[in-house]
Amino acid sequence: MTALNNPIRFHKRLLRAEPSFRLMAKLWRISWLYVLLICALAGVGYVTLYSAAGGVPYPFAAPQAARFAVGLVLMVTIAMLPPRLLMRASWGMYALSLVLLAAVLHMGHVGKGAERWLMIGGLQVQPSEFAKIALVAVLATWFSRMDYARMGNPLWLIPPAFMVLVPVGLVLKEPNLGTAVIIGGIGASLFFTAGMRLWQIILLVLPLPSLVQFAYGHLHDYQKARITTFLHPENDPLGAGYNIIQSKIALGSGGMWGQGYLHGSQGQLNFLPEKQTDFIFTMIAEEWGFIGAATVIALLVLLIMGGMIMAIRCRNRFGRLIALGISMNFFFYCLVNLSMVMGAIPVGGVPLPLVSYGGSAMLNVMLGFGLLLSTWVHRDTRLDESNGRTA
Amino acid sequence: MWLKRRKRENRRLMPIRDQKDPARGVFTRRALLCMAVQAGAMGELARRLYHIQINDGDHYARMAANNRVSKRLLAPPRGRIVDRYGIALANNKENWRALLMPEETTDVAGTIERFSTLIPLDERDRNRIAREMRHQRRFVPVMLRDFLSWDEMARIELNAPSLPGVLIDVGTRRVYPEGELLAHIIGYVAPPNENDVAHSTLLALPGMRVGRAGIEQNQDEKLRGTAGSVEMEVNAVGRVISELNREEGVPGEEISLTIDRGLQQRVLNHIGDQTASAVVLDCHNGEVLAMVSTPSFDPSLFDSGVSHAQWIEWTNNQHTPLINKAVAGVYPPGSTFKPAVAMAALESGLISPTDRVFCPGHLDVGGTRFHCWSRWGHGSVDLHLALKYSCDVYFYEIARRIGMDRIAETAHRMGLGVPLDIELPHTRTGLIPTPAWRQAHHHHWNGGDTIVSGIGQGFIQVTPLQLATYTARMATGRAVQPHLMRAINGEISPMASPEHWPSLNMPEKYLEALRAGMFAVVNEPHGTAPKAQLDLPGITMAGKTGSAQVRHVSRALRESGHFNSANLPWEYRPHALFICFAPYDAPRYAVSVVIEHGNAGADAAAPLARNIMRDTLLRDPSNHTTPPPESVAAVDDSFE
Repeated sequence: MTALNNPIRFHKRLLRAEPSFRLMAKLWRISWLYVLLICALAGVGYVTLYSAAGGVPYPFAAPQAARFAVGLVLMVTIAMLPPRLLMRASWGMYALSLVLLAAVLHMGHVGKGAERWLMIGGLQVQPSEFAKIALVAVLATWFSRMDYARMGNPLWLIPPAFMVLVPVGLVLKEPNLGTAVIIGGIGASLFFTAGMRLWQIILLVLPLPSLVQFAYGHLHDYQKARITTFLHPENDPLGAGYNIIQSKIALGSGGMWGQGYLHGSQGQLNFLPEKQTDFIFTMIAEEWGFIGAATVIALLVLLIMGGMIMAIRCRNRFGRLIALGISMNFFFYCLVNLSMVMGAIPVGGVPLPLVSYGGSAMLNVMLGFGLLLSTWVHRDTRLDESNGRTA
Repeated sequence: MWLKRRKRENRRLMPIRDQKDPARGVFTRRALLCMAVQAGAMGELARRLYHIQINDGDHYARMAANNRVSKRLLAPPRGRIVDRYGIALANNKENWRALLMPEETTDVAGTIERFSTLIPLDERDRNRIAREMRHQRRFVPVMLRDFLSWDEMARIELNAPSLPGVLIDVGTRRVYPEGELLAHIIGYVAPPNENDVAHSTLLALPGMRVGRAGIEQNQDEKLRGTAGSVEMEVNAVGRVISELNREEGVPGEEISLTIDRGLQQRVLNHIGDQTASAVVLDCHNGEVLAMVSTPSFDPSLFDSGVSHAQWIEWTNNQHTPLINKAVAGVYPPGSTFKPAVAMAALESGLISPTDRVFCPGHLDVGGTRFHCWSRWGHGSVDLHLALKYSCDVYFYEIARRIGMDRIAETAHRMGLGVPLDIELPHTRTGLIPTPAWRQAHHHHWNGGDTIVSGIGQGFIQVTPLQLATYTARMATGRAVQPHLMRAINGEISPMASPEHWPSLNMPEKYLEALRAGMFAVVNEPHGTAPKAQLDLPGITMAGKTGSAQVRHVSRALRESGHFNSANLPWEYRPHALFICFAPYDAPRYAVSVVIEHGNAGADAAAPLARNIMRDTLLRDPSNHTTPPPESVAAVDDSFE
């Protein structure tokens, strides 16, 4: 009965005893501001897909909105899962991602020579997208068990290095150079922030140039063609350089204020290739001008920085690395896609998250945001001490 | 305790370091570094975007406009050609064509095959269709057959369900309602050749035609008009999305000719099947009221392409149907040249109208005998009698006295042997020979050359149009130029007014002497052309006959007494010529007639010229703005 006399104790007990109430508290801890930003970006996607279809909700905008609704529910659900559960699940997720990557090599469908997918129950699954999330989770789990002292021991870095290299190798074999580079980048950023020593980093970075040279020798012809047309797009205006030139024309014709919603000539007249997927940002820039495009970039920056702040704010190592990895993943998506449409890097099938049309990418992104929000919800949970080791 | 922790946390909203975990500090520092890299990368992208959209915006906007706007030219309708009363002589008619839209049929070859069972396609059509199919995009229609008749269209429409993708549309074709009647004047059009297209983008448009003869060729630029254009928004594969801007072309200008179609028809009727040409001029202003050259051809055959056999037939025909003899046929003027020689003599001051020359039937110069057409001679003749009898010796003599240069100078001023301003292509200048011309061709000019020139023989060559011009100038004393253009788009040419034409500066009394001589030819007893007398009350005409030898008549043949040119083969007979003007007291119309190998001007050409003049006077086109009723023309038939 003493518990009842102390309202705070009572409150705490009630929190433990009453699962539904605990759920409500967690729901309250979700950063709804961040969710609002996600919804805003998805809204941009809906509006642009509506225009890409020529001013009608089908076939792009409406299915995309439905997927987003599903994704939103998935995200909120994942956000409330406790980190311990996630840590335990991460190994399974990682194993599953490797199986899927191996499966896609054998029976995957190839689209446009790059991105491969599997058909599972009528759903397109892109294992490489899922593999990024799984990698973030498994690396975070691994590093969360390591304190600063352990990080100094190179032996402890060998297993996670393999965790990165195996999916990178599998994705390269697909072959999807862009995604492989992104997976490698995410892995590297996690190694870096987990507390790798500087001498280790220098030792790793030094042989990189020769590695790149070696890799270029093993590139496929179409990948080499992408790089050469990127360097000289005007040599082949109707062939491989067409996408880059048309994209730049559309961007440039948008000007400061744009040609007006539903009135972007390049997009509406189909000059723009893959305008509803990879080149959707070009449509935004053409119809809304620099003002609109810059607003979208600002929105993306807010989402990236928000994730990073969540990472820094997190009290447990696992959450920090998860949040950083997911933010990095999102950042790489945006960076590669935007650079591609502006003709800054060779074209590769990387969509603009939440805006581009596509179900698999949407679900993966929402899964990632779910994990991110989960670290925020459990930002004060102490996990590291429970390892039995305290620094 | 829980509350206490909350309070500490609230103080430090952003705990970034942890006493128990040194890795957290490292993480925070390195995460901040990552954020800086991210912010830098996104900032760089925004800067690049600004560069593309704002700095290079104009450049890309221009490229975008080129990307989406496709400009196509529209062929303007060709200008009409009408006669002086507005009757259409060259017109545009709808040309129904069957087109195939390849993308609208699943089986292109099958559709063409079924189409050919309804409308036969020959080998040439099939090859052309196959070629166009290869070169064009699938949504650009391919022409299957044009010039469809009503019947053929009905057959296509009836079988439309089995002919997917086949559609009928309308273009224009050039039609000549009067056909052969005006073929030489109007000319014809044909599809442009590669050379034409290279010089004018307008001609590259489908359906454009180029004038290849007559007014169609001479006034081609005016008749063509200006192309319209239509700007269309197209998508990346070139399909038309919408029409942005349409600018209709300016149709070619409507050209009104000076020709009186009804008179032209009457003249043609009078000529019948003779190989001849006739020109009717308005003496006051040089308007060509009729200009006929026989035989003629059907100009509409050229629009769709003339068959090889037809072409061979035309070019090998010794009656030269494709040549407009009125402007491109050159003939020795014969005795019709005598008034010009007379004028040259009078103007020189060496001869007065009353000076007499004795004609014994021949003239001996330097051992050569030049015969008069009358073996017995005309005795002593002055200018008036010399013209009336057409005495050769008189003109031999005065030509000898004044010399060739004076004759040529006067003849040129009267319109003979010089280029005229007629609006027709392929005209010939003819020739009035001079010693200088002869020497330029490295020959010696003999005295005899001057003497035969005095009667319009020898090297002299003139066209029927020049003869008519010469007659009109004699009749009015004005330097009129023959012309066919009366108005453009209804605006009357200044050439229609007599004041436009300057005086010839020939003394009126001399002109009067020539006219009186020509009056005598027709109306006085023993004149050479009594058959040319008009039967119209109060109206008389003046004229001059001419017979032009095309072959030298040998002295032996002439002296045998059996010479009769009517017995010669057609192509060796002399040409028959006649020039005349009427009314004599107030000249208004001038007519020249040349009948190829018609033998004697007095017998063949004079009656024809009279009939033409009679019709002209009855219709009086120069004083009417509407065509006379048909009954006027009908009177003529009773007169024959």
